[in-house]
Amino acid sequence: MNHAADLPVWAALLVSFLVLLGAGLTLVGAIGLVRLKTFYDRLHAPSLGATWGAGGILLASILFFSVLQSRPVLHEVLIAVFLTVTTPVTLMLLGRAALYRDRSENAADVPPPIRADGEIRSGDTI
Amino acid sequence: MSRLLPYPLLAVSLLAMWLLLNGLSLGHIVLGSVIGVAASNVTAALQPPRSRIRRWHLIPKLVAIVLVDVWRSNVAVARLILFPGQHRRVSGFVIVPLELRDPAALAILACILTCTPGSAWVEYDSTANKLLIHVFDLVDEAHWIDLIKNRYERLLLEILA
Amino acid sequence: MSATILSWSLLVALVLLGAAMVIAAVRMLRGPRAQDRIMAFDAFYVNAMLLLLVFGMRTGSTLYFEAALVIALLGFIATLALAKFLMRGEIIE
Repeated sequence: MNHAADLPVWAALLVSFLVLLGAGLTLVGAIGLVRLKTFYDRLHAPSLGATWGAGGILLASILFFSVLQSRPVLHEVLIAVFLTVTTPVTLMLLGRAALYRDRSENAADVPPPIRADGEIRSGDTI
Repeated sequence: MSRLLPYPLLAVSLLAMWLLLNGLSLGHIVLGSVIGVAASNVTAALQPPRSRIRRWHLIPKLVAIVLVDVWRSNVAVARLILFPGQHRRVSGFVIVPLELRDPAALAILACILTCTPGSAWVEYDSTANKLLIHVFDLVDEAHWIDLIKNRYERLLLEILA
Repeated sequence: MSATILSWSLLVALVLLGAAMVIAAVRMLRGPRAQDRIMAFDAFYVNAMLLLLVFGMRTGSTLYFEAALVIALLGFIATLALAKFLMRGEIIE
């Protein structure tokens, strides 16, 4: 950790806070993945880690390397953009897949298709 | 102009991505611009639906609202996961009728709703233009419909025609 | 001073993220259904990516950023393919 010795204390404290916040939120999301009872409840848990969990760690990384190299190091923004674009795609697709499978098995507590004629067309959604 | 740059926003984003990955220098600006223009021309063959941004100045407002909402929802869901005994949580599905039809605006709405841990986009029907979401802590259905319609959809309708 | 603060906080963050990966792996093994496993895998690779980023801060090298980017790309494509398979792969049409 010798490379971090010339980091100012305020930056070290801020980086620590952001990293711990991000890691803590990610851990809470993972706990939710195990603790929650139904699949649709668990669908909400990973987005904790993917939004502010990842956001905290990415902000900390940007701050850390920018202060350390005294120039803006912004390439973590790419991961942030990538995560905000991809997480909804994954979770939406998983939610729809679960709904599709539950409906085809006539599971309880599953809402009927929005379309009145009862036909499920997966190609409709964006 | 439009022959060379069919999707200017895509070309600029690709250039920005190239510079973020490789560092800022004149050579990389030239190379990144060439790649951005070429790649956006290649995507033109796919003919993605085109949507126009009408009001640029509302975008920062939307971003700020979403960041704050995502943060609030993060805290609320984290609290519910860690201390489940506080109150009886009921989760459920809500059907939201939409006015938005623009695919880009719908994609942004999907990102917003899924990134907010309290709600998840499950299904959308384009003929009925209705949306099915799953809400983690469902207290009042009307509150959620009102939230989506007045907080996000109205802004998106103003930004994207 | 700041090196001590950082080395401890980054170590704690590594432990937290490692624990998150273990918990996601538990859900991945327990299931019960395929969609649960895929969602746990999604959380698992995001946590691994964040772990690499924290590791990069700990060693002071930006090399880990590239590894994290590759994990994010491949993990996304893998989960997407698996989720898409659930839509049509298993049910006889």
